[in-house]
Amino acid sequence: MRFRRPGAAPAADDAADPARGIELRGVGHRYGERVVLDGIDLTLTEARVGVVGANGSGKSTLARLLNGLVVPTEGRVLVDGLDTRTQVRAVRRRVGFVFQDPDAQIVHPTVAEDVAYGLENQGVPPGERAARVAEVLARYGLAGHADHPAHLLSGGQKQLLAIAGVLVMRPARVVFDEPTTLLDLINARRVADVIAGLEQQVVVVTHQLDLLDGFDRVLVVDGGRVVEDAAPGPAVAAYRALMALR
Amino acid sequence: MTLALYVPGAGVVHRLPAAVKLLALVVLAVALFALPSVAAAGAALAGVVAVGLLVARLPVAVLARQARAVVWWLGALLAVHALTTDLRTGAHVALRLLTLVLAAAVVTATTRVSEMVRVVEALCTPLRLVGVRPARVGLAVAMALRFIPVLVERADRIRAAQAARGGSARGVRALRTTVAPLLVQVLQMAHDVSEALDARGADDDPSPRHRPQEAP
Ligand SMILES: Nc1ncnc2c1ncn2[C@@H]1O[C@H](COP(=O)(O)OP(=O)(O)OP(=O)(O)O)[C@@H](O)[C@H]1O
Ligand SMILES: [Mg+2]
Repeated sequence: MRFRRPGAAPAADDAADPARGIELRGVGHRYGERVVLDGIDLTLTEARVGVVGANGSGKSTLARLLNGLVVPTEGRVLVDGLDTRTQVRAVRRRVGFVFQDPDAQIVHPTVAEDVAYGLENQGVPPGERAARVAEVLARYGLAGHADHPAHLLSGGQKQLLAIAGVLVMRPARVVFDEPTTLLDLINARRVADVIAGLEQQVVVVTHQLDLLDGFDRVLVVDGGRVVEDAAPGPAVAAYRALMALR
Repeated sequence: MTLALYVPGAGVVHRLPAAVKLLALVVLAVALFALPSVAAAGAALAGVVAVGLLVARLPVAVLARQARAVVWWLGALLAVHALTTDLRTGAHVALRLLTLVLAAAVVTATTRVSEMVRVVEALCTPLRLVGVRPARVGLAVAMALRFIPVLVERADRIRAAQAARGGSARGVRALRTTVAPLLVQVLQMAHDVSEALDARGADDDPSPRHRPQEAP
């Protein structure tokens, strides 16, 4: 069991410098003998960053590095100057993460209770919690479903619920790993619009290239390396050319 | 998938604290067994149905669904007692069971899971002495309720996929061919869920309710 003084977490945050963004320094990662990422040096400060690449190229591993779900076996990842290896809690408060499958992210039986979960973890008092939950549910069109069982929502509504559960915690940055893969065109559009409207810095891993319209920067990952790093137009062209060679 | 779940409402029964409702359930159970009269059990059943439909204003379907779920049990109890003791005892036992099932349905339908979980956590507080974190127990209860329908849906999907490829879903073989892939999915999902919990600060626990006792 861990013992922690109430003041400990904010003290760590004081050292943070938001201007530094997300930094990867000589990052490599291996699962056992298998090298999944290698020699990655990046500084991500743009508001909209996309990541594309073939299946198994290492995109999800890269995304998981950004909030400390995966700690690199080589090098360091810093968020606002905070190391994901030593200050993982402070990092996770700053970087929200939305996964592909909403069913795995919704942990409470009803909609409002699930959105409140992260706030409970942060120790937000019940009154403020209820207000913030209501506000987020309204923003994502789920206000009428607050007390509904989560399993009765549609796929699109589930993904919006998963997003609401992350955004209610007000992270400064949000990482999305294939947020629209399981959705039909209409729901994918809705989620894309939600992502486009966020004031936070956003990193999106996706196979749906139109999601990257208007992005500031797109990384192409191949065989565990970043092989292209450019604006969406040239990056997507390079990705298509790369795939055409296979 | 029919789990008796919360039915939104603003009446007296909905507003009663969860602990009171759960206590009332316990008192009812004890009373039903302490008062060995069919009339008392019948009155209790009428009372529970009246509270559920008239006071809490639950839809009839909510109670009917729960009653239907135990109807075979009730029939079996009646039959066993009719054969071994007498029909009257059988009716009494069945009446008691039905009353308790419906009372439990009224409580779950008028109480949010989160309130129920709070009570479970409070009851678990003494277990802190042996290192149990009540908040974790509460989360486990909530997650069990959340994932039962998910698992049922996944199992249905596996059966449908097998049927689509000509597999027949019958007997022990079908059980085996469904359980193995389901287990694989469950393990994968358990991993995904644990990542999602981490990402949402499951380890943060800063509130007094969650925080373990400070070291001296
Ligand atoms: N926990 C793990 N243990 C072992 N190997 C893993 C683990 N997670 C991923 N891998 C392997 O690492 C490689 C990169 O996986 P990753 O999930 O990062 O790829 P991806 O680019 O996200 O692929 P996809 O487009 O299919 O989601 C894959 O070969 C994968 O099999
Ligand atoms: Mg992936």
